[in-house]
Amino acid sequence: MVPVTYYITLSAVLFTIGALGVLVRRNPLIIFMSIELMLNAANLAFVAFANAHGDLRGQVFVFFVIAVAAAEVAVGLALIVAIYRSRRSINVDEMSSLKG
Amino acid sequence: MTVELILFIVLALVALATAVGMLISRNAVYSALFLVLNFATIAVFYLLLSAPFIAMAQVTVYAGAIMVLFLFVIMLLGGDQLAPSKALPWQRPLAFTLALLLASEAIYLLLFRGRPAGGIQPAGEIFGSPVNIGTLLFNSFLLPFEVTSVLLLVAMVGAIVLTKREKGEAG
Repeated sequence: MVPVTYYITLSAVLFTIGALGVLVRRNPLIIFMSIELMLNAANLAFVAFANAHGDLRGQVFVFFVIAVAAAEVAVGLALIVAIYRSRRSINVDEMSSLKG
Repeated sequence: MTVELILFIVLALVALATAVGMLISRNAVYSALFLVLNFATIAVFYLLLSAPFIAMAQVTVYAGAIMVLFLFVIMLLGGDQLAPSKALPWQRPLAFTLALLLASEAIYLLLFRGRPAGGIQPAGEIFGSPVNIGTLLFNSFLLPFEVTSVLLLVAMVGAIVLTKREKGEAG
């Protein structure tokens, strides 16, 4: 029997790798993938706790997280395509038009 | 050392290796493929945690739909290889320090300050079955479910509007 803390530790480490990806990479597509990795780490913790407590509502919440992530990716990738059209570049360091 | 523990360790190593591979790949296409593998291993974790419905949703929505969208945009923009910029030289060491801090803090809080929650139950056929999920979803969570459908519609319209070319716009 695997203790639930193992799953939680794995989830925490995966979340950290995702956060590190957002911090160090400059490609917005990789940053988006890192965000998806963080969402997945949170989902893993949800499902592990749902199992440990014998409560299905954790799994239902993961279902909603997956639906919201799909919407988020569609809009986010559309934004990246629109930015690429207007600036011919997707480097996040160059997206500084709003800076005063 | 039970079979489940060995399976967990092997899968956890694969998940960590693919996550790190996603992080350090220079080519965005490789990153996306590493992430597909990572999502697949997490789907197997869901099966071990007796959540078969979530596991299948993970494979179809994440590894299927979302990653195909990612690969499509990567190839459309040709942004698969971006030159590393040196805008902020102190950013990288600072990021690693902060990430280490976050990991130690999260693991400390989860392991030593949280309530002990026992072990993972052996995978039951009944617990996370589509029937049980559906019953809960359409009774207790009917309103959030319907709101989710509106959210997906709004996201679809938004994505189309954002990427649509204005009339007469070149390129």
